[in-house]
Amino acid sequence: MALLEVDKLNVRFATPEGEVAAVNDLSFSLEAGASIGIVGESGSGKSQTAFALMGLLAKNGRASGEVRYAGVDLLSLPEAELNLRRGAEIAMIYQDPMTSLNPYLTIGDQLTEVLQFHKGMDNRSAVAESIRMLDAVRIADAGKRMGLYPHEFSGGMRQRVVIAMALLCRPKLLIADEPTTALDVTVQAQILALLQDLRRAFSTSIILITHDLGVVAGVCDSVLVMYAGRVMEYGDARSIFQAAAHPYTRGLLHAVPRLDRRHVDATDMNSGRLNTIPGNPPNLLALPPGCPFAPRCIDRTTACLQAPPLEVFGQGRRRACHRAIGDLTDLGSPLKFTP
Amino acid sequence: MLKFILRRIFLEAIPTLLVLVTVTFFLIRLAPGGPFSSEMNVPPEVKAAIEAKYQLDQPMSVQYLNYLTDLARGDLGPSFKYKDFTVNELVNKAIPVSFKLGIVAFLIALVVGVSAGVAAALRQNTWIDYSVMGVAMIGVVLPNFVLAPMLALIFAVWFKILPAGGWEGGQIQFMVLPVAVLCKHYISVIARITRGSMIEVLGSPFIRTARAKGLPMHYILRRHALKPAMLPVVSYLGPAFVGVITGSVVVETFFGIPGIGQLFINGALNRDYSMVLGLTILIGALMITFNAVVDILYGYIDPRIRIK
Repeated sequence: MALLEVDKLNVRFATPEGEVAAVNDLSFSLEAGASIGIVGESGSGKSQTAFALMGLLAKNGRASGEVRYAGVDLLSLPEAELNLRRGAEIAMIYQDPMTSLNPYLTIGDQLTEVLQFHKGMDNRSAVAESIRMLDAVRIADAGKRMGLYPHEFSGGMRQRVVIAMALLCRPKLLIADEPTTALDVTVQAQILALLQDLRRAFSTSIILITHDLGVVAGVCDSVLVMYAGRVMEYGDARSIFQAAAHPYTRGLLHAVPRLDRRHVDATDMNSGRLNTIPGNPPNLLALPPGCPFAPRCIDRTTACLQAPPLEVFGQGRRRACHRAIGDLTDLGSPLKFTP
Repeated sequence: MLKFILRRIFLEAIPTLLVLVTVTFFLIRLAPGGPFSSEMNVPPEVKAAIEAKYQLDQPMSVQYLNYLTDLARGDLGPSFKYKDFTVNELVNKAIPVSFKLGIVAFLIALVVGVSAGVAAALRQNTWIDYSVMGVAMIGVVLPNFVLAPMLALIFAVWFKILPAGGWEGGQIQFMVLPVAVLCKHYISVIARITRGSMIEVLGSPFIRTARAKGLPMHYILRRHALKPAMLPVVSYLGPAFVGVITGSVVVETFFGIPGIGQLFINGALNRDYSMVLGLTILIGALMITFNAVVDILYGYIDPRIRIK
């Protein structure tokens, strides 16, 4: 049995303008110790997927479907039951380390309370364990820093604190929502390396949410590409990076900036400009019928006015596209897969 | 901390008070009429004697300098109206009354206002929220001079369970109605501020982090949300505390309570120069003190602006 099985997850938000379908029929599963990358543009529903898994949707949000963690459906658990798992077995890292720590409490207080609640530790052993974990995420002088407030740390350090906080109870599942987006590139690399080390050390499964395919290539076993709240493509990372089977995935791979060669625009060869997917994501309030990506797709046909089913092909791969893989425009795959 | 207090006193408090004294001193003397203009026709020599006693025959600049000299010694001068008393004596008698009334009203307003605000924030857009905010709105718009007679009518005249006025050394039954009227406005304002800031804090990312840690809601509220949600309330508390102590003019007049508010009203009506000046300085000093207290509290709550 997989550690996590997401089955037809739907997330809806009631807004004054109408119902927003943020996530539609999302399904995937994650084995213990494995890692999956959820990739997509802003507004594709990837963060809301994470919040739905954690039971942290905004008040006007509703999640339906099933999220089975170790066989238990998290979506139907009462808050008190969910609290036994949140922070202990399932932990989360956020996009913005600047705002995800409480500025009014010391780092030490924010770390030790997790252990006190979940492990029933007394203050002294909670402090000792917190310091050990800060050491593990390579914060120097951890003992002295326990009494500091978040504003006395740099962005990268804060994200390390957030990671340490998430790992305190050795969770079986770690959900990382754009953990490196707010950090500069060198710190980004350190944090990703850290996640990889910790994954090996604690054999934690990771859901990595990002818009950065380069990050996915370095960390994830499998990849789920989302667009407008729907799954576009799903499969193991190697085959997706080597042979993407959906025009959107190909567009994303093509748009990864590279310094080592001149950029090739799909329409204007050797323009020297960064590659993009022309157009904007659709308004989720008024989603047109058919494939949501069709208006921006270079391979669209009249068939795309009908929503494509999620077809299964190859070894457990899935994709939502009417066109045969061989008919899709080859934009080239600039990323190398480095697991 | 000592440096902060010294800087506050010498660079802020004293200059502010000096400006306040100067403006008040000349303004009240510029107003038509004087402390003795309502007296019957008195012989000129008597009038001259009175004016000489209160130094009103001197040029204004001399009066001003004399006043400042006395003030520096903590002497607010003789009352122009209550002839056998100094302002210090009158104020010293009124302060305990106003403080007792004010502090009780303030504490009730703080506890009730914050609790109501938190309850409304937690049950946002439910009947609890709507009723708290509705009552608070009535509390803000209903003037004291309407509420005071209403309560007196109901509880003193109809039910005859509470006295309609008087102080009697601050016995509890004499305090109920004045305190109720006095704290009404502050409960309403504090409840509204608390609700707003609590809703904002509960929506912030660090509360989501706390929830993701599996902490129970009551703990999150107490440990993570209350401090930041109190910041706007605290900044309102300084002026509110001074207001509740000194600004109860309507309440003290209506219920016949011998406090500072009554002194102030009588002083202004009687052109009691030294009384008005003395009370202005007192209120100014209180205002400066409690604003400084608020600043210190702020640093205590928010480590990012802590005073080094």
